[in-house]
Amino acid sequence: MIIDILSAIFLLIGVVLGIVGAIGIHRFPDFYTRLHAAGITDTLSALMILFGLALQAGWGIAAFKLALIFVFLFFTSPTASHALANAAQHSGLKPKLEQK
Amino acid sequence: MRYFSFVVLLILFWISLSGHFEPLLLGLGAVSIALTAYLSHRMNVIDHESYPLHLSSKFPSYYFYLFGEILKANIDVIKRIISPGETPISPQMIEIPQSQKTDLGAVIYANSITLTPGTVTIKLSKESLTVHALSKEAATDLATGAMSNEITNRVFKE
Amino acid sequence: MYIAASLAILVTMGLALARALSGPTTYDRIAAVNMFGTKTVLLIAVLAFLSGRTDVLDIALVYALINFIGVVAALKLVAQGNFHASDDLESGAEQGEPK
Repeated sequence: MIIDILSAIFLLIGVVLGIVGAIGIHRFPDFYTRLHAAGITDTLSALMILFGLALQAGWGIAAFKLALIFVFLFFTSPTASHALANAAQHSGLKPKLEQK
Repeated sequence: MRYFSFVVLLILFWISLSGHFEPLLLGLGAVSIALTAYLSHRMNVIDHESYPLHLSSKFPSYYFYLFGEILKANIDVIKRIISPGETPISPQMIEIPQSQKTDLGAVIYANSITLTPGTVTIKLSKESLTVHALSKEAATDLATGAMSNEITNRVFKE
Repeated sequence: MYIAASLAILVTMGLALARALSGPTTYDRIAAVNMFGTKTVLLIAVLAFLSGRTDVLDIALVYALINFIGVVAALKLVAQGNFHASDDLESGAEQGEPK
């Protein structure tokens, strides 16, 4: 019962963070800043959702697989972000910087 | 030694993913593991850099620190996204010195910077890192080099 | 609970898709598709628990890997215009190693 409530709370935080990140990629002005907003969904949102599910799964193969999914996301998402930023900069896309 | 532990890890990985113990599935697992070990040997990818076994006891302490940083950075970026009106951001492009001695350290550093929302590594070289930061505060925090010191202290210190 | 979570994830995916369709630069689109892929992984994970068949998690696992490779491949195609390895373009887009 307590575990059900806890896992519901974690799932709720996770999906809300996901939606906030999605709003972020619409509100921020240029590509580089949008990348930061997408970072939220890749890190904390994914962690919260997977942790909420793992609470339901209990100890076992399912929880192990959820942890593995998180590890994959944890290692691939910064690589993808870096590749995107690097390629964008290489192509000459200028970031909108703060007006001094 | 390195190969031995690699094969043991693969066996554990197979068993924990499949969870079945029929002879057929175990046989398939053995074939897959042998193939993987042979291919990695041929590609020569199992060295102290791609498979840092000697550091594995030190990573948990670093990841614990990194998780705290991710949490802080997430809250900061979320605040900036949901604040009404114009989003309070001040994007910066900064270049910070890269003080890690090994390539592995440099990659961990760049990876950690990208993993914390609000900062993305754009370029990595032997001497410096080019970073895009969402706000002035994030840029100043990064320029202190605190994260680089944490990596040196937590991962590479004997 | 699972139904509400999967609906919320679908909303997020819809917003990401809107950015992918409207994004002014190609990189915006790829970043949005990357986010869409991450959310798909999470959606599959939630659906696995919704249907009570946790074997489905394997699909989420594979999808996480394919998503990453797909994004990097699309990026390489955009950066170079082909899938061959070329040495005249030191794009470094697909390899994050220090030079």
